[in-house]
Amino acid sequence: MTTSRRKFIKISALGLGGVAATTSAIKMFGANPYLDELVKENVAKKFKRTPTYCEVCFWKCAAWTYTNENGEIKKIIGNDNDPHCYGRLCPRGTGGVGMYNDEDRLKTPLIRTTVNGEDTFRKASWEEALDLIAAKFKAVKDKYGAESLALLKHGAPGKHFEHLYKALGSDTIAEPAYAQCRGAREAGFNATFGSWIGSPEPTDIRDTKCLVLIGSHIGENMHNSQVQEMSDAIDNGATIITVDPRLSTAASKSKHWLAIKPATDIALMLAWMNVIIEEGLYDKEYVEKYGLGFNELKEYVSTFTPEWAYGITTIKPELIRETAREMGNAAPSVIIHPGRHVSWYGDDTQRARAMAILNGLLGSWGRRGGFYFKESIKVPKYPHPAYNHPKWGWKEIGEKYPLAQMGITTEVIKASIPSPDNKYPVKAWLVAGTNITKSIPDRKLLEAAMDELEFMVVVDTMPMDVTGYADVVLPECTYLERFDGIRSATNREPSIALRMPAVKPKYDSKPSWWIAKQLGERLGVGDYFAYDDYKEVIEWQLEKMGTSLEEMEKIGVKNFPRKSRSLYLKEDEKYEFPTMSGKIEFYSKELKELGFDPMPKYTAHPEPPQGFYRLNYGRAPMHTFSRTANNPNLNDLKKENDLWVNPKVARIIGLKTGQRVWLRNQDEITSTFSIKVRVTERVRWDSVYMVHGFGHDNKKLTRAYAKGINDTQLVSKVAVDPIMGGTGMRGNFVEILTENPHKNTEI
Amino acid sequence: MRYAMVIDTLKCVGCSDCVVACQTENDVPIGYCRDWITETVSGAYPTIELELKSERCNHCDNAPCVRCCPTGASHQLDNGIVLVTGDECIGCGACIESCPYDARFQHPDGYVDKCTFCHHRLEKGQLPACVSVCPTKCMYFGDLDNPNSEVSRLLKNRKHKTLAPEAGTKPKVYYLI
Repeated sequence: MTTSRRKFIKISALGLGGVAATTSAIKMFGANPYLDELVKENVAKKFKRTPTYCEVCFWKCAAWTYTNENGEIKKIIGNDNDPHCYGRLCPRGTGGVGMYNDEDRLKTPLIRTTVNGEDTFRKASWEEALDLIAAKFKAVKDKYGAESLALLKHGAPGKHFEHLYKALGSDTIAEPAYAQCRGAREAGFNATFGSWIGSPEPTDIRDTKCLVLIGSHIGENMHNSQVQEMSDAIDNGATIITVDPRLSTAASKSKHWLAIKPATDIALMLAWMNVIIEEGLYDKEYVEKYGLGFNELKEYVSTFTPEWAYGITTIKPELIRETAREMGNAAPSVIIHPGRHVSWYGDDTQRARAMAILNGLLGSWGRRGGFYFKESIKVPKYPHPAYNHPKWGWKEIGEKYPLAQMGITTEVIKASIPSPDNKYPVKAWLVAGTNITKSIPDRKLLEAAMDELEFMVVVDTMPMDVTGYADVVLPECTYLERFDGIRSATNREPSIALRMPAVKPKYDSKPSWWIAKQLGERLGVGDYFAYDDYKEVIEWQLEKMGTSLEEMEKIGVKNFPRKSRSLYLKEDEKYEFPTMSGKIEFYSKELKELGFDPMPKYTAHPEPPQGFYRLNYGRAPMHTFSRTANNPNLNDLKKENDLWVNPKVARIIGLKTGQRVWLRNQDEITSTFSIKVRVTERVRWDSVYMVHGFGHDNKKLTRAYAKGINDTQLVSKVAVDPIMGGTGMRGNFVEILTENPHKNTEI
Repeated sequence: MRYAMVIDTLKCVGCSDCVVACQTENDVPIGYCRDWITETVSGAYPTIELELKSERCNHCDNAPCVRCCPTGASHQLDNGIVLVTGDECIGCGACIESCPYDARFQHPDGYVDKCTFCHHRLEKGQLPACVSVCPTKCMYFGDLDNPNSEVSRLLKNRKHKTLAPEAGTKPKVYYLI
């Protein structure tokens, strides 16, 4: 994590920069002509600030982009009035400048062509690239129907293409953020409280007395306001309990770190329920008033004693009891955090259910220091003709998974492979803002699907690995160079944030709203894009919301008073939960009727065979997905991932910190690149750990290419969640190779 | 007036935001840094201690870098901030060698560079860039001579340490532990 200082390189930059100093600063140094000169130079500089919200991750913190008089972006600073960041961006937001400055950015549209029998890209004009896409999409639409056009997306650009797709009559839309990330917790909490968690999570961490993290590594995930609130909670003396086989940063800040054996979390939670019920630590009044199926639950967990769980989890019974009592004492100001990336073992909805049930028992939903009732403000829809109704879409493609609430990317991928029983033939993809080769497990299946496609378009700012599979690549400009939809998110108080361009798009890159409109016009749905500039849409919407572009340019963020209800439940409130029964469902009739366990069940998952280690992966605070590895500022902080290995394992294999190794998984998939070993006590002896998002295959990413290992490459075994189609990815085992397995092959 | 920084290791998550914020605020070229993160692990699984902290120039009261500078480029202001005057610096590197905190580096433009406590921001009543950006709010900045300042109160009430106290430099970056 320590930043290195490279050897002498000649760069023409002065040491003193930043915001213009005031004239009084000139006097600050007295007889110091050198500094006086520098300060004078800076006084002359005028900085302009433009509002934006960050797109380096999905937290969407509102910020100010500072540009100097030469129109160069100098820095990005958080907006003080924004509930996502409270004026403090995380390293990725601060380093967002690098996304703009990265000289490896996609610069022009690219079209796949063949030269001497080899596939390559040639530069193309926007006109040519857009015409080609429109022709191919029209051919697919005419032959198979608009439904056969699929959109795989993430973030703000995705919204513009979603509009295009719906106009065309396709609802074949999915994002890895659901089935490969947070989907299971949404399904699990929804089945219990009738409400999604959503983003940002409505966790009242700043006022909590006890925060329980189960594999959730706040602090390594820089979900900004949440990290800030955890820090507030530490100041307030809150108890933090972390369940993780690895000593995460959060675990190191915890009163109790439960170093659990991987894949046994449900057993621990059943034992917690057992203690909480047996010892009467639950919120009796709340459970009686709002709960349904408590007696069934009580009966069900009566045998799941801490002693029973000890044999499974390796957590000592007295520690299970002690932590359960800590939660009980703090209740209802306690949070069993739902986590974010929860696609682990295939029973993830049930694990999320266990978390939700614990929260229900402790009465934390709708209580101060637990979960608050979130609220957002509706952004009015810019008028357009009604969308066409598709015959099938994401829902039908994922029909095997009854509680899926969004498109399942992996099912859309499967539907792209022709077969006699495939009722939903997907023929073309548009991939926007998501590097699916690094987020989707089972590369073989993904490549097979991409092989079968009649046409594939990728829209991105960077030559991510996925662009290598496209027929056409379109260069999107970064968030600092474009308008996008107004950010309206769920929070304690509703708020909106504006994103507007601080500078003109670099190179020949374009904003996604423009790309979507151009395609729409060519595909005969131009009337859905009744504007020349997206600014007009924003202006219209802001006016309807009682503000204006002029005002928002000055403030960036506008907060609105709550209208829906109070933040927490009132003493004597007769609240009806938005579940089928109107109650918190400890026992889920819905799940039972669908043929699933009505209460979460512990299932033993496969364990690594001799010589293999469970591959665990996580996040580093300065990187997002595989998106930022090449960002010059963030790459400077962390250039590659390393392989965390317990000293016992290192002794057996003979590994030293800094040594390069390769990994091979249970399906004999070998990592393309090597990774540096980091011998550390912070991981268990039965697993290894690495940060996700490294090991890029594309040489055009000059800083990130071949640096570290891509964990997703080694995830070939997927445990699918039968309830919502999530892809459990933590059941892969690797052996550590000290000899280069590619010695005789060219990569 | 004696400026000091207090950093709460119980809150720092080692995210390196302080590093990027300093780089963009002070035009520090990529590949160099005026502040950095260290991680210390002790103990054996599962009884482990982890300490994360942000380090930088300690603006020592007894600064070896100032004493050893042959040209006077390294100097200390009345408020305790240690600075380098770039065009008086001949890049000899004596100060880099003398610093027990490895806080100084050769700037590619040929002079020695390091943390300035963002003096240009202080003059405008702003906090150093690292302090104002930190998402965990684990960094505090203020006047040690003022007993009511936040830093003085924290040092009075909380257990703390400095780095390499044996060097006798009287550092002014404190760590709450």
